[in-house]
Amino acid sequence: MMATPAEEIPIEVHDLTVAYQHRPVLWDIDLCFPQGQLIGIVGPNGAGKSTLIKAIMGLVPLASGHVEIFGQRSRQALRSVAYVPQRESVDWDFPTTALDVVLMGRYGQLPLFGRPRAKDKEIARQSLDKVGMGDYADRQISQLSGGQQQRVFLARALAQQTRVYLMDEPFAGVDAATEKAIVTILRELQAEGSTVIVVHHDLHSVPDYFDHVLLLNLRTVAFGPVATTFTEENLNATYGGRLHLLSDVTERLRQGEWSARKQAK
Amino acid sequence: MKSSTTFENLPPWLEFFTFPSVNVLHVLLGCIILGVSAGLLGSFAFLRKRSLLGDALSHAALPGVCMAFMLTGTKNPVVILCGAVFSCWAGALAIEWIVKYTRCKEDSALGMVLSVFFGLGILLLTHIQKSGQAAQSGLDKFLFGQAASLVERDLYILGGLGLVLCLIVILAFKEFKIVSFDPDFAQAVGLPVRLVEFSLATLIVLAVCIGLQAVGVVLMAAMLVTPAAAARFWTNNLSRMLWLATLFGGLSGAIGAYVSYLSVKMPTGPWMVVAVTSIFIGSFLFAPQRGALARARRHRLFRQKTAKENILRTTYKFAEQAGRWDTPVSLNELLQHREMSTAQLRRTIHRLTRAGFIEETHVGLLHLTEAGKEEAERVTRLHRLWELYLMTKLEIAPDHVHDDAEEIEHILTPDLERRLLLELEGELTDPHGQKIPGSLAVVAEEKRRK
Repeated sequence: MMATPAEEIPIEVHDLTVAYQHRPVLWDIDLCFPQGQLIGIVGPNGAGKSTLIKAIMGLVPLASGHVEIFGQRSRQALRSVAYVPQRESVDWDFPTTALDVVLMGRYGQLPLFGRPRAKDKEIARQSLDKVGMGDYADRQISQLSGGQQQRVFLARALAQQTRVYLMDEPFAGVDAATEKAIVTILRELQAEGSTVIVVHHDLHSVPDYFDHVLLLNLRTVAFGPVATTFTEENLNATYGGRLHLLSDVTERLRQGEWSARKQAK
Repeated sequence: MKSSTTFENLPPWLEFFTFPSVNVLHVLLGCIILGVSAGLLGSFAFLRKRSLLGDALSHAALPGVCMAFMLTGTKNPVVILCGAVFSCWAGALAIEWIVKYTRCKEDSALGMVLSVFFGLGILLLTHIQKSGQAAQSGLDKFLFGQAASLVERDLYILGGLGLVLCLIVILAFKEFKIVSFDPDFAQAVGLPVRLVEFSLATLIVLAVCIGLQAVGVVLMAAMLVTPAAAARFWTNNLSRMLWLATLFGGLSGAIGAYVSYLSVKMPTGPWMVVAVTSIFIGSFLFAPQRGALARARRHRLFRQKTAKENILRTTYKFAEQAGRWDTPVSLNELLQHREMSTAQLRRTIHRLTRAGFIEETHVGLLHLTEAGKEEAERVTRLHRLWELYLMTKLEIAPDHVHDDAEEIEHILTPDLERRLLLELEGELTDPHGQKIPGSLAVVAEEKRRK
């Protein structure tokens, strides 16, 4: 890859290790996500896909390593990354409307205690329109179908109006209409020059949906353009043959309660 | 207490509203302030599924109350309040610490902190009472509360504190909302989530402490959680829910004060809890959308609709076989085809007759009207379309699709019907070789619109 100035690399992950209860779930991840690409993250269950997204967003403690957003390490830099968490991560019986949830995407741009203005509401409505949910703005969120809820989450990320998007399993358990709507949005975002990183579980659609793919299983198995990276050999390395030695070692770490890698800082 | 001068002959239940002594007014206001602040802050604990936290924290206040008294020797409300707040905080920190550094889950941590802190409080309380200090009397009132002990000075403190709590919630409404709904996302957009969570916990602690004197540590949890749980039945809007919880809390406070005025033997705090629980039960039963009666009514209407549609469809089927849509059918024939009691059938037929779908020309013999024919065709169409859909798209054997269609025919909306028709276009006979009535017309209509 050509040397690019750090300010133009949307997300750079340095030597990242994450452990839950002393058991490493991500080990030595070192990546540069290229700008303006649709990037899929695939790997088996428990491979650490969601954890990687959460680690980038600063939502889980890092055992080692760090993340740079456009060359910056501050929490402020994270505001230029829009985030779509897994749909199941919230209680959809919360008393609020679809528009209100989307409006939360604007909260990062508002001052502390500041109320959303007419302009923010306008942006939220447009975001709902973009995902085809304009008619559901005032609907109580528990009355939406799973796919509609997912689209509300996507609209909330759009309302953040940034250039980098991290999406955790947006296609999980959605209907065909939602899947189509999401793919359209992904393409539009890419056309605008945004970088979109998506945790994905359906291998068949990877070549259709993404330009780059990250094959992940505890460590980076392969990362690069789909054409050259999404090969049978790499997939076998990701999904086939468990790393017995590595999992034995991580089990030992958990039982002995030693820390994987030294604590950061 | 009852030393009225101007309204000599009023009965007690009316006399209350003239505030016969300033003491009555103090108790009433104190209870309302308590209910309002507990209802408001408890809503957030309820929405964040931390209802038990309020219970643990209110119990954790007791050792602080006792220690504040032991250290200063006074029952000055400010001192007691500070002791309670400090002790609650220690409890909250202990819970967090246990969850973080041991393998215990949050429920175990809550249980431990609640009982250990409460036990410590009882221990200190017993010690104080045995010590024979003259000023100690009344300290045990913090267990179950004694609203009658509220004096003017307490009111200023509690009222001021309650006002501050309400103002903070109004100010930080947006932050509290997003942290309650999706804390991870709140952090991702750069909000100081830890700070917001800490403030929220502190406000809940303060709301608990406001209530200690009147309701006591044991019952305070009910005043936190129940107003919110009751309010949730009435609305799907967060602001409205907060207003309602505040109203329910305040109302329960007032009722508690009122009842204890009517009968000196009646304790205020427990009556507040009884009042708020009654409001909860009332909400559970009578709320328009989520209430039990509304749901039962919806179920009943759906069952009636199902029965009506079934009878129409069966009548239609007989008519179809006979070749004339107004062929009369007898009750016995219907009963043989439908699992229904005679009484149920009679009621259903009565409803259908009233709706103008069926006419009974001779006793025990009935036939479809013009409107009934149309409605029966619609139901039959849905039934057969669904059978066809199951068979052609889901590849289910023709003899297995009927029972499924029996249920689905009652819930298909016109929109779903249109989509079914479009997807099955071209096939207009059902799996059993029967015509699907009216479908050609719908498909043609759809095409014309395009």
